Amino acid sequence: MEENLYMENILDHYKHPHNAGRLEDASLRARELNPSCGDVIELFLSLDACDRVRDVKFDGKGCAVSQASVSMLTDRIKGRPLAEVLALSERDILEMLGIDVGPMRMKCAMLSLRTLKSALNEKH
Amino acid sequence: MKLPHDIQKDFPSLHAMGMRAYLDSAASSLTPVSVLEAMNDYYQNFRSNVHRGMYKTAGEATERYEAVRGIVAKFLNASAPEEIVFTKGTTEALNLLATSLGRTFGPGDEVVLTEMEHHANLVPWQEAAKRHGFVLKYIPITKAYRLDMDAARALITPKTKAVSIAHASNALGTVNPAKELAALAHAIGALFILDAAQSVPHMKVDVRDLDCDFLAFSGHKTYGPTGVGVLYGKKALLEKMEPAQYGGDMIREVKYEASTWNDAPMKFEAGTPNIAGVIGLGAAISYLETIGMDAVEAHDRDLTAYALEKLPAVPGVKIIGPEAGERIGAISFEVAGAHPHDLATIFDREGVAVRGGHHCAMPLMGKLGVTGTCRASFGIYNGKEDVDALVEAIQAARATLKL
Ligand SMILES: Cc1ncc(COP(=O)(O)O)c(C=O)c1O
Repeated sequence: MEENLYMENILDHYKHPHNAGRLEDASLRARELNPSCGDVIELFLSLDACDRVRDVKFDGKGCAVSQASVSMLTDRIKGRPLAEVLALSERDILEMLGIDVGPMRMKCAMLSLRTLKSALNEKH
Repeated sequence: MKLPHDIQKDFPSLHAMGMRAYLDSAASSLTPVSVLEAMNDYYQNFRSNVHRGMYKTAGEATERYEAVRGIVAKFLNASAPEEIVFTKGTTEALNLLATSLGRTFGPGDEVVLTEMEHHANLVPWQEAAKRHGFVLKYIPITKAYRLDMDAARALITPKTKAVSIAHASNALGTVNPAKELAALAHAIGALFILDAAQSVPHMKVDVRDLDCDFLAFSGHKTYGPTGVGVLYGKKALLEKMEPAQYGGDMIREVKYEASTWNDAPMKFEAGTPNIAGVIGLGAAISYLETIGMDAVEAHDRDLTAYALEKLPAVPGVKIIGPEAGERIGAISFEVAGAHPHDLATIFDREGVAVRGGHHCAMPLMGKLGVTGTCRASFGIYNGKEDVDALVEAIQAARATLKL
């Protein structure tokens, strides 16, 4: 794991987020916030006929860690089967980020996963 | 008046925490050795409950506990020790007021707060308002981060039952015109309540000069221990007020059918109190009185002026709070392009501890259009070198975040 939280790719995702925006026809959506810092993520997903993620977008405000995490997560799940998305764990998020998040910032890193899980909960 | 030049030696945690600059005293201040010793003395030498036992140490514990009422009363220039109620902090004190006073308000009544309140002086009132049907009004802030006093004059009306405001804002550093607001409240017969969590640690606070009816502050922000705080109330008002919590110690007579209450302040202290905490708070106040609140205030003003000169000189830095003058050394700022949490994390690596976030003032952050700010706040052990360390840390953060 990389020591530096603010590696090039984290900053890239923070400054130029992937899949930013809203999906008006989303079949699943959720909004979660981190009460300790006020960071917020709203996630929109639409599924295709075979239960694959057809499209995903997010609208968020927050720190580099929370926003890079959700930006990467949307890349990670786009086009993937729902079963695989449902199985994502905290460890997958940490591997995806590739940085040593540390206990103080874990909540920021996991806000993306928390929002995803709560969107999926609507269905399951 | 000046603080002792070797004041840092009284604060062993300053060294033990291994930081370059502790700039988060508004969240919690560090504790001088004399406070630790006073609490240790209780646990080692007269560890008993108060107001109960007939043996010697119980008597000593009660005496030492009750003596702190006198120390706090003198510190605040209250009229009598009976005007001091011990709580677990500002939050509990304000909850007590909202619960107890709230029951006497109803539909058609109004309670006036400000837009810069800490959640502790907002959520308890919201809940009480919901239950009893009264309405909350908020005095707005101006672009200069001060209360809009014209709006205040319009909002405080014969419907107003209480005006409850932060004496000093933890999020902005603003010191509010308490005397003027007290006069406005009293002119229409409303109660005036001060949340003094951030003012008491930084300046001389005189309840009779301010003419507040109630005032709350926390031990842990005033160089004392955690888990203890004070509610000051004018004696006649405390006597009339109903308790908010029930149980042991707060009663006069209990029967199966009904009970009657002890006198104030005891009727507000249900259950075994934080005895060590109260004794520690007494030691903290004695410590502050020895070094002198004039010196404390002058030191805070000097450091604040220095920081308000140095910080805005760093590219991208914007101060979220008033200019020097009526303000305390709790300085909120933004760095363009950087989130406060990222800044706080990078500062930490530079050995600089600040708070990043909404400072328990979410509605204010919304109004200011930010998710949060970074806040550097000073204690009596801080010096200009700590501000310099912060400036270097901001520069380091700008480099890390490629701003
Ligand atoms: C202005 C203000 N009011 C109330 C509080 C709450 O104090 P405590 O958490 O000690 O109860 C704080 C603490 O952050 C504060 O700054």
